[in-house]
Amino acid sequence: MYNDVVMDHFQHPRNVGDMADATSVAEVGSQECGDTMKVFIKIKDDVIDDIKFQTYGCAAAIASSSIATEMVKGKTVTEAKKLTKNDVVTELGGLPDQKIHCSLLAVDGILGAIEAYEKNK
Amino acid sequence: MSKIYMDHAATTYVKPEVLEAMMPYFSEKFGNGSSIHSEGREAKKALEAARQSIAQALGAKPTEIYFTSGGSESDNWAIKGAAFSRMDQGKHIIISAIEHHAVLDPCHYLKKFGFEITELKVDEDGLINLDDLKKAIRDDTVLVSIMTANNEIGTIQPVEEAAKIAHEKGVLFHTDAVQAVGQIPIDLSNSAIDLLSISGHKLYALNGVGALYIKDGVEIDNLIHGGAQERNRRAGTENIACIVGLGKAFELAKSNMESESKRLTVLRDKLIQSVLAEIPESRLNGHPTKRLPNNVNFSFKNVDGEAILINLDLMGIACSTGSACTSACTGPSYVLQALGMEYRWTNGSVRLTLGARTTEEDIDTVVGALKETMNRLRMITFKA
Ligand SMILES: Cc1ncc(COP(=O)(O)O)c(C=O)c1O
Ligand SMILES: [Zn+2]
Repeated sequence: MYNDVVMDHFQHPRNVGDMADATSVAEVGSQECGDTMKVFIKIKDDVIDDIKFQTYGCAAAIASSSIATEMVKGKTVTEAKKLTKNDVVTELGGLPDQKIHCSLLAVDGILGAIEAYEKNK
Repeated sequence: MSKIYMDHAATTYVKPEVLEAMMPYFSEKFGNGSSIHSEGREAKKALEAARQSIAQALGAKPTEIYFTSGGSESDNWAIKGAAFSRMDQGKHIIISAIEHHAVLDPCHYLKKFGFEITELKVDEDGLINLDDLKKAIRDDTVLVSIMTANNEIGTIQPVEEAAKIAHEKGVLFHTDAVQAVGQIPIDLSNSAIDLLSISGHKLYALNGVGALYIKDGVEIDNLIHGGAQERNRRAGTENIACIVGLGKAFELAKSNMESESKRLTVLRDKLIQSVLAEIPESRLNGHPTKRLPNNVNFSFKNVDGEAILINLDLMGIACSTGSACTSACTGPSYVLQALGMEYRWTNGSVRLTLGARTTEEDIDTVVGALKETMNRLRMITFKA
């Protein structure tokens, strides 16, 4: 059902956990199912210096969270804000059709954390 | 990696004895049961022998057994056939809220023809309330359909009592016994049940074959129109090989039901007790004792069922889930929702259904794998 990249991120998710000294935190939920994600980011000089996540959801939601956090780590806030669902799905090498929406959670979570950071800046 | 199959409620393997019984009917004894020549007569003989085996195992008469293409057809035939044959007497049907889609969907389809459907609620263990049934029967009720045992949570319903209540009001009674046949005793010899659905691939015969029991004297409309097979009630050249296999599967089930259901119940309860004792925030779905000997259904809070399933699959364990994200994210299983649980529980369900090859060692392995899986996924999860 899932390809090797997805399975690798599901089995060995990167950046799992929480962060005591986060610059910004966001909690988001999927519109379509009960999947939820919490994202912690630490920003230094407008660069995402560190990122952590916790995700409640299916294997696709967990793998998307893992790869998306890797994709934005080390990027400037401006670059990171360009992240889309398609980027995440492409980086994962594709998801089954009915699972595409599960990748949106990670994008919403990361963009949510950035938005919170910019508001408080 | 050794594999453990714990999804027998989805489908069973074909038992070697069943396959062996079927083998001659592919290339040697391939006749059409309606033909006059010796090949045809041979097929007809096999067909009637299978019918006899099934009738005997159920305490029915051979004339009450009609072969179909499986559980879905049997349910569709019973529901639509009963409804259409009685629509001049009324257009009200009563079912339970946790019926299989093969019962639910024909009922919804019948709304197009003006039928009204009442879905009886179930309690937190999945049981219907017989008083609710009594109250729900109206003057225009023509059919009650309550499953013998539920496919997800294994809860066994008081169908005989329900059938008697329906009969007192002159209403036909159907039961989907697809998950129950071969596992728990069913005796139709003195029963108020009018119609009962059977499927081959839940009792070690092949998929694509099943039967509908229709009590002698009960008239329902045909579903499949055409040839004169099955005494003019179900058209289509019979699938002799599969039917012979179904007959054999019933013989096997009858001869070892008592010992096998005892064995499975012990294994089932060991699995239930170990998991509830060793894994925090776990619960059993379905009735603790009024449940199929082979059915276990857990919920693990704060863990998604699909994630559990994929994790167990990696460990060589096959099972199923009622989680929202398995198919098209249409929400967690309606059966679990009907039990009144909240999302973080319903969505973390795992169904493990044991079978003839399940050993005590398998149970120990599965308990260990579930523990490991929950530990791992709960490190990742965002807790509610
Ligand atoms: C309770 C119940 N009814 C009906 C069916 C449908 O049977 P079949 O797959 O033979 O069409 C199933 C099988 O999934 C079932 O579990
Ligand atoms: Zn999902």
